[in-house]
Amino acid sequence: MSVITIGISDQNVAKGEDVLVTYALGSCVGICLYDPIVKVAGLSHIMLPTNTGVTDPKGQMRFADTAIPMLIRRMESLGASKPRLKAKIAGGAQMFPAVTNASIANIGQRNVAAVKAVLAQLRIPILAEDTGKDYGRTQHFYAKDGVMRITSAKKGEWIW
Amino acid sequence: MPIQDYKDLNEMHLDVLRELGNIGSGNAASSLAGMLAKAVDISVPKIQILDYNEVSDALGGPENMIVGLLLSLSGDVEGMLMFLLQKDFAHLILNTLLGEELNDFEDIDEMGISAIKEVSNIMTASYVNAIAEMTGLTINISVPDICIDMAGAILSVPAIHYANISDKIIFIEDEFRSDSDRAVSDILMIPDVDSLQKIMTNLGIEI
Repeated sequence: MSVITIGISDQNVAKGEDVLVTYALGSCVGICLYDPIVKVAGLSHIMLPTNTGVTDPKGQMRFADTAIPMLIRRMESLGASKPRLKAKIAGGAQMFPAVTNASIANIGQRNVAAVKAVLAQLRIPILAEDTGKDYGRTQHFYAKDGVMRITSAKKGEWIW
Repeated sequence: MPIQDYKDLNEMHLDVLRELGNIGSGNAASSLAGMLAKAVDISVPKIQILDYNEVSDALGGPENMIVGLLLSLSGDVEGMLMFLLQKDFAHLILNTLLGEELNDFEDIDEMGISAIKEVSNIMTASYVNAIAEMTGLTINISVPDICIDMAGAILSVPAIHYANISDKIIFIEDEFRSDSDRAVSDILMIPDVDSLQKIMTNLGIEI
């Protein structure tokens, strides 16, 4: 079993006993995708809703609308099939209560909305979500069974 | 050549920013020393141009619990300023000002939050004032917003703000220490790219 760490604006795929983890999601959103038949898992950590013209692969991982299709392609190359994919999502918190700066006001909420819109368009159902509120979350995603585990330093632990 | 991205900064630019950090933190340290009636040391500021992921590592790992205060800069210089207090530093403030022990972040009450905000307010204002004076620029700072959480989650806020400009982020990091105990806090000043240009121009530096 190996633990694969996904940084901010990053993504990866796993199978078998491997675990994907992304630490301390704040206003970013972590999107877990899973094909339960071939047991292929993917996790993408996005920062912003919409790509405004970034074309390099590293940059595309930053945005919900380009990162998710990219993750699906990577999972397909491991044998996953798009019609079988299910999603679990977490993050999108508002870390600072009274931020007045337009670029980051409600960014968590806007990220979650964008992720849902992209998944809906791709017809990928969302089985679980732990989003919004005002605290950071660490997200583990297990390739063997598609379980998402969320831990928060302030609020405890949940299994989804 | 105008600066488009933080990556475009050369060694001389970084030296200038380091010096600004030095002056700002010197000023902030004196106001802290005044408030706490204790000696405060500062170390030479670190200027780092980092990937987001490296930044949380520099702050003790993404899951390290810290106090983050976020202020926005406006006027001639736009951008953000973050004041990050490690637990021992928050303890130092609470213990010195309120006589309280900080064992767990969960235990900080309203009074404690307000003491931390007040200290941060004064320190960041002296920091920014020193830089404003030196550059001859007008820099206003907002009142701080506070968040106690994992370092990675707190840093996602400036990271997102600057994500469309660069995949790197510039951190002018100043470390304050007080007492024989290591009590560390950092000020991260993150000016927008245009503002960096203004700072350099006003100091007579060729871009």
